Amino acid sequence: MKILVAVKRVIDYAVKIRVKPDKTGVEMNNVKMSMNPFCEIALEEALRIKEAGKASEVVVVSMGGPQCVETLRTGLAMGADSAIHVSTDTPLYPLAVAKLLCAVASREQPQILLLGKQAIDDDANQTGQMVAGLLQWPQATFASKVALGDKSDVTVEREVDGGLETLRLQLPAVITTDLRLNEPRYATLPNIMKAKKKKISSITPEELKVDIQPDFMILEVVEPAKRKGGVMVSSVDELVDKLKNEAHVI
Amino acid sequence: MKSLSRNSHNWRRLGWAVKRGETIEQAPASLGSARGSSGLLRDEGKGVRKSQSRIVSRALSVSDAKPVVRQIDSWCGCCSSHQRGYGSAPGDGQVYRDKRYAELKDADIVHFRQILGEKGVVVDRDDLDWANTDWMHKYRGNSQLLLRPQTTQQVSEILQYCHAGRLAVVPQGGNTGLVGGSVPVFDEVILNLGAMNKILSFDEASGILVCEAGCILETLDNYLKSRGHTMPLDLGAKGSCQIGGNVSTNAGGLRLLRYGSLHGNVLGLEVVLADGTVLDLLGTLRKDNTGYDVKQIFIGAEGTLGVVTKVSVLTPPKLASVNVAFLACEDYASCQKTFAEAKQQLGEILSAFEFLDRHSLELVLKHLDGARDPLPDSKESFYLVVETTGSNQTHDKEKLDAFLESALEKELIKDGAVAQDISQAASFWKVREVPGAVYKYDLSLPLKDLYSLVEDMRERLRDSATVIGYGHMGDGNLHLNVVAPSYDDKLVSQIEPYVYERTAAVKGSVSAEHGLGLMKPKAIYYSKPPAAVQVMAGFKDLLDRHGILNPYKPTASVKSTKTFGTPTFDVTICRSDETPLQTKLKVKFEQMPLLV
Repeated sequence: MKILVAVKRVIDYAVKIRVKPDKTGVEMNNVKMSMNPFCEIALEEALRIKEAGKASEVVVVSMGGPQCVETLRTGLAMGADSAIHVSTDTPLYPLAVAKLLCAVASREQPQILLLGKQAIDDDANQTGQMVAGLLQWPQATFASKVALGDKSDVTVEREVDGGLETLRLQLPAVITTDLRLNEPRYATLPNIMKAKKKKISSITPEELKVDIQPDFMILEVVEPAKRKGGVMVSSVDELVDKLKNEAHVI
Repeated sequence: MKSLSRNSHNWRRLGWAVKRGETIEQAPASLGSARGSSGLLRDEGKGVRKSQSRIVSRALSVSDAKPVVRQIDSWCGCCSSHQRGYGSAPGDGQVYRDKRYAELKDADIVHFRQILGEKGVVVDRDDLDWANTDWMHKYRGNSQLLLRPQTTQQVSEILQYCHAGRLAVVPQGGNTGLVGGSVPVFDEVILNLGAMNKILSFDEASGILVCEAGCILETLDNYLKSRGHTMPLDLGAKGSCQIGGNVSTNAGGLRLLRYGSLHGNVLGLEVVLADGTVLDLLGTLRKDNTGYDVKQIFIGAEGTLGVVTKVSVLTPPKLASVNVAFLACEDYASCQKTFAEAKQQLGEILSAFEFLDRHSLELVLKHLDGARDPLPDSKESFYLVVETTGSNQTHDKEKLDAFLESALEKELIKDGAVAQDISQAASFWKVREVPGAVYKYDLSLPLKDLYSLVEDMRERLRDSATVIGYGHMGDGNLHLNVVAPSYDDKLVSQIEPYVYERTAAVKGSVSAEHGLGLMKPKAIYYSKPPAAVQVMAGFKDLLDRHGILNPYKPTASVKSTKTFGTPTFDVTICRSDETPLQTKLKVKFEQMPLLV
């Protein structure tokens, strides 16, 4: 069984984000980039399934400019068998990514498509769900436990607002991972060395026959307004006055 | 009296004992020799040594100076414990409060209140507790007064008053020192600079930062981070330690390998001398060869020559590409070769090279919350944390990969892991934060001898304690720790002075970066010749002739005798019935360990 894991290259979780002065986006120059933490968890889960003998091959895929290759190398260093780089310079948003993943999955024919639940740069939490819709595959999102069954099925425990929900899905299926699923392994030297020889194949959206033109445009990116300090009022009259004339809520 | 040799069993046979608690003649150059009420230096619970045999050291004096009786407190039980004289951690032997320092009076407190206002004067016992106790809770002073000045002018006025009135003062910053240098020994007035925490200026083009001594290191680092720079030093206590203290102790830390020591990075200081004189050496020039570089003497002086009030520091740019690798080596020789290889292959991007042995790793994993073994499958004996810092991610990664590949091929390293993001890097560093053990030694040794001392100590102590070694391999700095369930004099006698003698034998330093603090006063001689110590005493005389700054500590206590001879000691040994057998034995310092 083949598992396909989609990973995204994002600004490192520990870096303090700064908005560019021209408000066109976030400062990306000279900033440490790494694999999205949820994607790491997804890849770790795929590797564990493979180590348990239930899968034969783990393929990582990432989309974007040439730097994606670094992230794919990390994936290979963790233990993935091969990698696919969908090469494009057009900015990608969740729907485009979902369409591309759909095309890649149709080619690769995996039994499980694993993704992180969301990327820490846009916090969209859309790609997994949309790809499942496009592929017409069952989906289990926010997975905190994944267990493969014998009858070509998988049981997934999800973390939802009300608590935990357990679903059983027929493969092939889409699973998106949440924080408590596992703790990703470190990339060890022997694997890093082996990773150098593993294959990274490159493909373009044109070859996949997918239209990735975004259907919206980002106008402006600004920091959220700084939280103003609280004000102590001295009487009820003053409170009413402030609510009326400053906060405009009454 | 036969020649003094290690055959001290002769003495035992003859039933010699020595007087206990004898009065001592005071030579002008003696330290703390007056009988005082408060003698204890540490918390009762932590094993106060009421042991009998202790060589109570008095002053050093050159043979033609006024003789000082060297008193041996009492009978020492076992032959081999000449080491006993160089007793355990806090200042060896009994130090008595020097009568020449004045005692605090109400009038003094009133005067300080006039200078500082109500807020700057703390007399409440509970509030003073924190300032009286050190970071490790090993040393506890008994000060009745804490002062918190806000300006250099106030510091000057305080010191002027104390100098005139002979009030002893302990300058204090974040109180994070590990050798008891930042807390009072008796009732010295604590001069805490924490309230002087303004950042005065920062020039982005040159990276020169000027700030007051009470600024916390982490605060400065955060300030610089948003301006593209970083402090040239980084240590575990950065959330609490203050830059004035860092400068006064010449703090080392994790990045010394890359950025060098504070002696190179501090461009200027403003120091207030013991008599209140404000010495303005606060230059911001990269190069200034006009006259002697006086500020250097204050860096690392541990507050005994002057109180640092402002610092001007050269800060390096903060580079974005940081890589951390955790490597496993079979033996220490491989670690050394890996270091050589790293210097060659990583070159200018190498920013830290730390090592820890298997025992340290096990200790960390057992006791530190959230610590994770980066190489759970590897069972090697040595681990290295290697960090690179550079401006180009791709370039650095390539260099690191090349280095790792070559190290693996040559079998210098057996295994390793490379951090893929900042949190993984932080978790590798966390493993290097070995929790402190009961007995800690911070030694500088030649690289090839760095670990053999640990092995010898392990052999020596065998089952009585666990010996662990870790440290800044890149700087040749070993942190030798002995883990024991509790303080134990017998154990100490096995460790000291063996560990110091071994260090001295290879011309190492008995305190690489922690400072002397309250260490045994004679410890300095293991690493510096007497002539050098005399020069140091000359500086102390010049800059603090009443000795009010940080007294009782070795860095302060060596008084000038104005000659440069080899110090000798006068020894009194008596029978058990108190008849003196021999007086005025002149023993040269080199022969000291042979006594008892």
